[in-house]
Order: sequence, then C-alpha cells, then structure tokens
Amino acid sequence: MTDHTSKNFDLELESLRTYVLKMGGAAEQQVRKAIEGLYSGDQAFLETVIRDDDRINQMEIDIDALCNQVIAKRQPTAIDLRMIVSVLKVISDLERIGDKARKVARLGITLSSLSGDGVLNEGLNHMTEIALKMLRLALDGFARVDVSLATEAVHLDKLVNAEYQSISRQLITYMMEDPRAITRSLDTLTIAKAIERVGDHATNIAESVVYMAKGLNVRHISADEIEDRIARS
Amino acid sequence: MNPITEHNSRETLSPLKAEAKKLNFYYGNFQALKNINMPIYEKKVTSLIGPSGCGKSTYLRCFNRMHDLYPGNRYEGAIEFHPDRTDLLSKKVDPIEVRMRISMVFQKPNPFPKSIYENVAYGLRVRGESARSVIDDKVEAALRSAALWGEVKDRLKELGANLSGGQQQRLCIARALATDPELLLFDEPTSALDPIATASIEELITELKERVTILIVTHNMQQAARISDFTAYMYIGEMVEFGVTDQIFIKPKRKETEDYITGRFG
Repeated sequence: MTDHTSKNFDLELESLRTYVLKMGGAAEQQVRKAIEGLYSGDQAFLETVIRDDDRINQMEIDIDALCNQVIAKRQPTAIDLRMIVSVLKVISDLERIGDKARKVARLGITLSSLSGDGVLNEGLNHMTEIALKMLRLALDGFARVDVSLATEAVHLDKLVNAEYQSISRQLITYMMEDPRAITRSLDTLTIAKAIERVGDHATNIAESVVYMAKGLNVRHISADEIEDRIARS
Repeated sequence: MNPITEHNSRETLSPLKAEAKKLNFYYGNFQALKNINMPIYEKKVTSLIGPSGCGKSTYLRCFNRMHDLYPGNRYEGAIEFHPDRTDLLSKKVDPIEVRMRISMVFQKPNPFPKSIYENVAYGLRVRGESARSVIDDKVEAALRSAALWGEVKDRLKELGANLSGGQQQRLCIARALATDPELLLFDEPTSALDPIATASIEELITELKERVTILIVTHNMQQAARISDFTAYMYIGEMVEFGVTDQIFIKPKRKETEDYITGRFG
C-alpha cells in the first residue's frame, strides 16, 4: 500500500497496527501460561496470569481511544476505514480471549486444591495448540492483510470443535464411572469450553481480516463458503 | 482505464435522467475529456470527485453547453437527456433551450446586481413570463425551496449582494430553481462557505433531490460521501470509476479510486 500524503496519518495507522499485534501477542501468551499453570498446578504462577489480564483490558481501552482519534481527525475511507472498523472488532475479541485465559487460570487454582486424580489429558493441550495456531494465523493475516492466512485459521476451528466434543465425551465417562470426579470433571469441561471459545474468537478475528482486506462480510458462514466468496470477489 | 459502470440492483431501480455516451471534449487541441460514459439517475444526487484538472468541471459544463461561449471548444459523442433522449450536445439543439431545463450554481455566489426578487424572477422573465401574480408565486416558491423565504420575505427589494455568503448561495439556488429545471448542476457550491452555511446547503441539496436530479462537482470528499447517491471518480479526463457512493467510499473497485479517496494520491 502506497503512503498517505499525510505522514502523520501513516504513523497513526502504523502504530495502531503494531499495538493490535502487541495485544494479540499478549492474549496468546496469557492463554498459553494459563494452560501451563493448569498442568503444573502452580498457584502463584496462575495468580500472575489473573493479574496480567488487566494489561490486556487496558490495551483494549487504549486502542479503542486511538481508533476514535483517527476517525475524528482523518475521516478514513475505503481500506483505512475498513481497517479501523476491523481493529475495533479484533480488540474486542482479543479482550475476550484474555478473559478466557483468566477463567482457565482461576479454575486451575480451584482444581489444584481439589483432592483426587486429575482428569486432564493431552486432548486439552492439543486443543489449545490448535486454538492458538488459529489466533496466530488470524493475527498474521491481519498484519499482512492476507486472507489466505485468515481462511486457514477459520478452517482449523472444525478441529477445535471436534477436540472439544471428544474431551466432553471423555469427561462424561469419568463422571459416570466415579461420582467423586464430577466436580473436577465439570471444572475441566468449563476449561475446555473456554479454549473452544478462544477458537471462536480467533475465527471472528479472521473474519474481520477478510472484511478489512476485501470488504466482504463473511460472518456466520462456513470456511468453504468464505473461500468461495473470496474467490468470486 | 475502462470506466466501471456495472450496476447493482439498487441502482437500476431509478430511471435515467441523462447519459453521457462516448463523450470527448476539446479545448482547442487539448483533449480535456476522454470517452466518458456515465449514467445520471433521476432524482438522485451524483457527485464528481477527482484532483484539480481532472475534467470534472469541464464535464459538468457540457451539460448546459457552457463551453459554447468560447470559440475553439469542441464536443464529440453525446449526452442524452431523458425522457425525450434529446442529445444536449447536438448542434440542432439550442443552448438556451438546454439551459431552461438544466440550471447551474457556481462556486462563488454570483447574484445579479439586482434585488433579491429580481434575481429569482430573472429566468422567468427571460422565458417570457410577464404576469406579475405568476412571477410573485414562482419567486416565493423558489425562495421557499431554497430555504431562504423566511429570511428575506420582508426585504425582497434589497440588493442580493447585501445577503450573507450562505444566503447569497441559497439565492443563486432559488434563481436556478425558479424555472423548474429538470437537472441542477452544482460546481463546488460550498467551497466559499463556512461550515454552518455548508451544512445548510447540503441539507437543501438532500431536500431538492425529491424533485430534481442533481449533479455536483466537489473537492470535499466527505461532502460527496454525505450527500450523494452515486459518485464518479475522474482523473486526467477519464472516468475511472462510477458507483453507488457507499461502495465507492467503503470498497472501491479500482486502486486509483482507493488511493485518491484515502489520501494516498500524489
């Protein structure tokens, strides 16, 4: 993209882009740490994850303010307008991802204090990896204005959902086999649900990237349909 | 560069008021317009945007044959005026007739050195109207349409030049409206006005499109975005892109358009 006649406008958009990526990186790290803490049972570590969520919340507020300033000062149009509209949606999804990490950290603390065998397994780890890969792809797509990365992210959501179904079936089996495992299993299920939601937010971000890049509204349709619409645009 | 004029269903709902077909225009040897093809939809506002020297004012002035006033100017192609499909550029068509149907408002308010009343009555008198009561009624109606009646009804005999800039421009709009034109041309009508006067002219344009088709040249892209239904982007004599205003400002089809409206031009 060629530069604006106004260098300051370029700088404002660039700093906005950088800030969003920084917030995205922070959200990813929070999820990763929450899951790490969950497996290790390190309560002090999980406490830091909970505290650090404030940073992400603050970033959302700051970026929101920046967007408002750019709109008021520059009256952006076309790609610039679509970028700012997308940023406003993306940061809301990132903030929610931060909340999910905090939720996982809180439940991690609860679970580590419960007695009995753990009900965690590799499935959750695997699911987290896919969800975070989705997030990275969507954010890379945002940084490079690349819809192919974004659609790749949307495609992966099927795997996350399948993994969630599998974890949920497994936890139901535990609960049926041993009623004492119910509390732990329900908490674990909530954690799995939180990670599944991380995948959904990453999908939303990817859809915002498609809107930014192509001006196409691809919400509420399947990954295949998204590709189809992009191809036809 | 081929003009992009494919339309979505919303556009085709409105009938054509005029259509430029393979329009070329020359100032002597200099070709100022190159193969312009563009529809003007009835009772809609169409904006022409583009950098200085792109030909938008030249194009606008073709509609009321303003270029006839200077020797050496030459038109090629046609501007069909609907519903009768008169070719406005045909040598057989009298420019005075054209200007009865198509009025123009300029950048700087240019009231005649006459009273407010006579400014508005002028076009009617040129047209041969002499009945005082008819003229009185039409002057009032035109001043009301231009949202000026309330401010001037007690001072109709005062000179038009005594009004404020915004009022003078509305007087010029009233003068343009008095002859019941089918198409109103605006050449940067608010660039000499303050923001409040600009807002009132914009509001007026939005009201006027209920009755008359409007074609407007503007340097203010946000103005085009605010008031027009359709927008055309022109560059060095060519029509680069024509489309629904929302589409042009959110997702233009051509990179040249995007660069211009996002301020990446030059």
